[in-house]
Amino acid sequence: MALTPDQVRHIAHLARLGLTDEDVAKFAPQLSEILDYFERLKAVDTTGVPPTAYPLDLHNILRDDVEDPPAAAEEILKNAPQREGEFFRVRAILDE
Amino acid sequence: MSEDLTRLTVSEAGALLRQRQVSSVELLQATLERIKATEEQVHAFITLTGHTALEQARRADEMLAKGQGTPLTGIPAAVKDVISTRGTRTTCGSKILEQFVPIYDANVITLLDEAGFVMVGKTNMDEFAMGSSGENSAYGPTRNPWALDRVPGGSSAGSAAAVASGMAYYALGSDTGGSIRQPAALSGVVGLKPTYGRVSRFGLVAFASSLDQVGPFTRSVRDAALVFEAIAGHDQRDSTSAEIDVPSIADTLDGNVRGLKVGVPREYFVEGMDPAVREAVEGAIRQIESLDAEIDTEVTLPSTGLGVAVYYIIAPSEASANLARYDGVKYGYSYQDGANMWENMERTRQHGFGEEVKRRIMVGTYALSAGYYDAYYLKAQQIRTLIRSEFDAAFGKYDVLITPVSPTPAFKIGEKVSDPLQMYLNDVCTIPVNIAGLPGISLPCGFATAPDGARLPIGVQILAKPFDEASIFRAAYAYEQSTDWHKQFPPL
Repeated sequence: MALTPDQVRHIAHLARLGLTDEDVAKFAPQLSEILDYFERLKAVDTTGVPPTAYPLDLHNILRDDVEDPPAAAEEILKNAPQREGEFFRVRAILDE
Repeated sequence: MSEDLTRLTVSEAGALLRQRQVSSVELLQATLERIKATEEQVHAFITLTGHTALEQARRADEMLAKGQGTPLTGIPAAVKDVISTRGTRTTCGSKILEQFVPIYDANVITLLDEAGFVMVGKTNMDEFAMGSSGENSAYGPTRNPWALDRVPGGSSAGSAAAVASGMAYYALGSDTGGSIRQPAALSGVVGLKPTYGRVSRFGLVAFASSLDQVGPFTRSVRDAALVFEAIAGHDQRDSTSAEIDVPSIADTLDGNVRGLKVGVPREYFVEGMDPAVREAVEGAIRQIESLDAEIDTEVTLPSTGLGVAVYYIIAPSEASANLARYDGVKYGYSYQDGANMWENMERTRQHGFGEEVKRRIMVGTYALSAGYYDAYYLKAQQIRTLIRSEFDAAFGKYDVLITPVSPTPAFKIGEKVSDPLQMYLNDVCTIPVNIAGLPGISLPCGFATAPDGARLPIGVQILAKPFDEASIFRAAYAYEQSTDWHKQFPPL
């Protein structure tokens, strides 16, 4: 199946991924080729086959609720691109 | 002397340390000299940590002087740059994490630290472990120590190249679809992907959480067992880590495979396979047969050919969710000049991620998007069940399976970068192992000769049922001890 440039832009928007027009022109045929390759799976009869999410059959892993000292805020904020006092600084999320 | 020191295995260097014939500081100095001489050609590292390594080596020597420590104490090692190291930047081969300094250690690092860890550096890799050649690193490609115009394999490119060229005695890598075994094969070293759940993923930066595992690169099978024993075991900070005891393996290796039941699945000998690879792998199978193992070459795993398609739906889907965290807010590269918050986020990811990472985020986002989930993601998970069942049935009859690792030896840098699907098809023999969560090893089994005369290493893969790494090591050690492939060094 051939993805159109608009479809490529739509997927990029869902992923919050900025793409240039050149990226879109390059990705459209590449992604189409990859999706075509996936078509072979359609021929497999999977009626009644349960999906595998993890290779181990693990369910509801629990641990004791023990207090663990949190990482120091100052150490975490050292990696912040922008900060204000003890906070991460970001642009307004609602209308500016 | 110092050149010879860097050619020792972990086991040999450890013996010298415990006999006090050499110190950890001396091993480190020899390793740093080797790095000085070869790193410029190979480019195995993103960050070198020789300065902190010296403090670690001194501490290891103090432990050894008191008769403390483990077989790994004081042995210089390298770590793939996708494993968090507190205080040492961890880039994942990405521009988006160029300045990122983790605030905690991965569990594997904590375990090695307790045993006197000496880390010489963080190794180069395909960005976020997405790639089979090392060429997707934002920090430039790593070169194969056996042929500098060729790739070392990927994504754990630098870890494989560092161990192959004597710049580390062992290294840690991660394997999501073959990223330890394939570079081990192409670089002529031993690489182990443990069973899913065997080694804690705490602190391993997530690519595809249902497939990722940490494992070792070494220059011998016994060394791989030593590192495996040191890093395996339950950790409650990883809820997919299994509560299953880790057996003692290295001390039990005796080279005896009499009566071992070995299956050879025919689907792994794919069309287009390099004749030299076929010949070397078939030679390895005959060799194991000559050691009185019972070989059956008529094994069939019919869904093998679906593995690549299943993987390239599941792994990008999980990756698109895992990599959503790189938004330029809490850490990493951050674009600040957009008109609003959304534009900043989109530009951060546009400029911070490389092309292959973007491609996989796009594939995964598409596969998970409304209207396509059942056709792609759910379908892939169902076929994942079929692939697992076929392995389950095979391991009802055989102790181990033997296959090739990569259909070809190392290819030239730049040869496959323009065709992503061709690059994905390289992983045909390693991917099913991650899909089923099995353990698998790659070990050297011969060489191909390049047109220019370069010797290109070939690997053979041995698989076993989940949590039966012991059978893999039993077969691998017996084979290795009857050959001398592992005693050869690249012409660097």
